Amino acid sequence: MSEQIIKLKDVCKIYQMGETEVKALYNVSIDIEKGDFVAIMGPSGSGKSTGLNLVGSLDLPTLGNIYLDSQDISHLTESELAQIRGQKIGFIFQQFNLIPNLTAKENVMLPLLFQGIDKEERESRAEELLNLVELQDRMEHYPNQLSGGQQQRVAIARALANNPEVILADEPTGNLDTKTGEKVLEFLNKLNEKGTTIIMVTHDQDLAKEHAKTIYSLKDGSLEGVYKRTGKSWKKL
Amino acid sequence: MISDYFKLALKNLRKRRLRSWLTIIGIIISIATIFVLISLSLGLEKAVQEQFRLLGTDKIFIQPKGQAGGPGTASSVSLTKKDVDVIEKIQGIKKVTFWTAGNAKIEHNKKIKFVPIIGIDLDTSDLFTETGAYEAQEGRLLKKGDFKNIMIGSRYKNDFLGRPIKIGDTIFINAAPFKVKGILKPIGNPTDDSLIYMPLEDFRPLFDIPERVDTIIAQIESGKDINEISSSIEKKLINSRSLDKDNTDFIILTPEELLESFGSVLIIITAFLAGIAGISLLVGATGIANTMYTSVLERTKEIGVMKAIGAKNSNILIIFLIESGLIGLLGSVVGILLGMLIGKSIEYYAVEYLDTTLLQFSFPSYLIIGCLLFGFLIGTISGSLPSYRASKLKPVDALRYE
Ligand SMILES: Nc1ncnc2c1ncn2[C@@H]1O[C@H](COP(=O)(O)OP(=O)(O)OP(=O)(O)O)[C@@H](O)[C@H]1O
Ligand SMILES: [Mg+2]
Repeated sequence: MSEQIIKLKDVCKIYQMGETEVKALYNVSIDIEKGDFVAIMGPSGSGKSTGLNLVGSLDLPTLGNIYLDSQDISHLTESELAQIRGQKIGFIFQQFNLIPNLTAKENVMLPLLFQGIDKEERESRAEELLNLVELQDRMEHYPNQLSGGQQQRVAIARALANNPEVILADEPTGNLDTKTGEKVLEFLNKLNEKGTTIIMVTHDQDLAKEHAKTIYSLKDGSLEGVYKRTGKSWKKL
Repeated sequence: MISDYFKLALKNLRKRRLRSWLTIIGIIISIATIFVLISLSLGLEKAVQEQFRLLGTDKIFIQPKGQAGGPGTASSVSLTKKDVDVIEKIQGIKKVTFWTAGNAKIEHNKKIKFVPIIGIDLDTSDLFTETGAYEAQEGRLLKKGDFKNIMIGSRYKNDFLGRPIKIGDTIFINAAPFKVKGILKPIGNPTDDSLIYMPLEDFRPLFDIPERVDTIIAQIESGKDINEISSSIEKKLINSRSLDKDNTDFIILTPEELLESFGSVLIIITAFLAGIAGISLLVGATGIANTMYTSVLERTKEIGVMKAIGAKNSNILIIFLIESGLIGLLGSVVGILLGMLIGKSIEYYAVEYLDTTLLQFSFPSYLIIGCLLFGFLIGTISGSLPSYRASKLKPVDALRYE
């Protein structure tokens, strides 16, 4: 039994919309092991992004507890959450979300700036990471001078800047064609092999089955099923 | 580290170049206005002080009360040579001179003008010369023994009276011929520079003013207390003119008093103009606040992204504060340069076309640094509310914003 990195215990996220309540997540309990590659699947509006944002400490649950590295993060202050986001988590978004007026390199340097790391180290780290995602010749390019796949690779480099324990990716291939998406997934796989835990939201079942080790299926805010891979075959728990 | 945030802010401003500049223009205008006004009032103060330095601090001026229209206008009371004699006898007085003014029709080469004429006492004219710091640019100053001679202001050298006047020319004053002996160096204002000075002996019969004295200038002996002497002049004159102590008909001015009254007028003018400039600054500041609000709204998603990659509220606050501060700073840099340009142009125009050296601008370094800091401060203050709002955005909400 390997070490647990993320634990959700009876987590609810409820939005009050006037008279009605929207239960974006309802009584979800999940344990994620260190080094896992998790795919979260489910129809639109089933609460995938909501769950991912909670794990990423971008949001707080209405009820329940979330543990990251055994630390309860469900009642932290904003600055404590920012600390966690900056040090333990790396985000990758569907729309890449690079800062448009910063170059690729500056985008990768930005999370390091927020951690108060000095310029020389920021630069060498950014160069190293852009090397890793094979963009060493695009360092001074601005996001609008890069293809979608290249932008997403910059985003991966940026997510890796502070050596996070967990990478959270919300439909990272959603805006990319299959081939480019494959390449992005390859990088995620590589990271996973080195021990980084990856949680990815995706609509693409083939992609999930090919790359993930665990699949969580959500429906209407509730966990519908958990699937584990053993070799090439999948087993419902 | 903070310099990295400055670079970040600069990049953001450059990205929205047009809007940044439009906002900056508001600040440029107000800072330029403030800069020009302050440098003008500093320059004026310097000019006034310089005038008084030339005047010296050892002279007392005595004039009849109620000379509202300036020297030479008919007033009910007047001083006479008798008063001069009284003052001359006072302990501590070194020398006394006096003058009387009148308006005359002057004529040269069929060109006619009406100008003020000053009659000066040639026996004591050296004190008069010292007081006004008169210097001859051509010819010489009037001296004892001159008769039917005049010295004239610098404007006559130009075409003030038809064609330029030269030394030795004859000017008819109230139909009597006078010979030009000297042309004075420019004083700096057109009125003074078009005056004509003549011996009092010629002045009295010409204007039919046998007695009147318009201004008495008394110089005190060195080391004496000017205020003490000024009060003994007052006492003696009250006695000799048999006046009531609380109802005198003359005034005594010392340079310090003159300087003070000038100074307070200057402060009032400056404060008034600064008030107007302040309003324009308020408009500029509103512009910054508006731009920053728009910018926060536009970049909501970006703020969400920055928070997702570890930005604390304080990081976001600093980024936006510096950005708005930079708008203020850039505005004041350009505003100061513009202000200097305007100041120098006014100075040049004043000398060239208005014949005055009184409009002078002074740009001390504390004014420049003060304006720069002020601009940055105005920027950060007007940007503080939008920046605070940006920093408080909830990360999920900001990320969802399209
Ligand atoms: N801020 C909010 N206010 C109100 N309701 C919200 C809010 N955020 C999410 N929801 C609701 O919560 C539910 C889950 O949303 P979520 O974004 O997690 O879905 P998702 O599974 O990621 O869908 P998609 O595949 O379309 O991205 C939806 O019904 C959504 O309308
Ligand atoms: Mg989603």
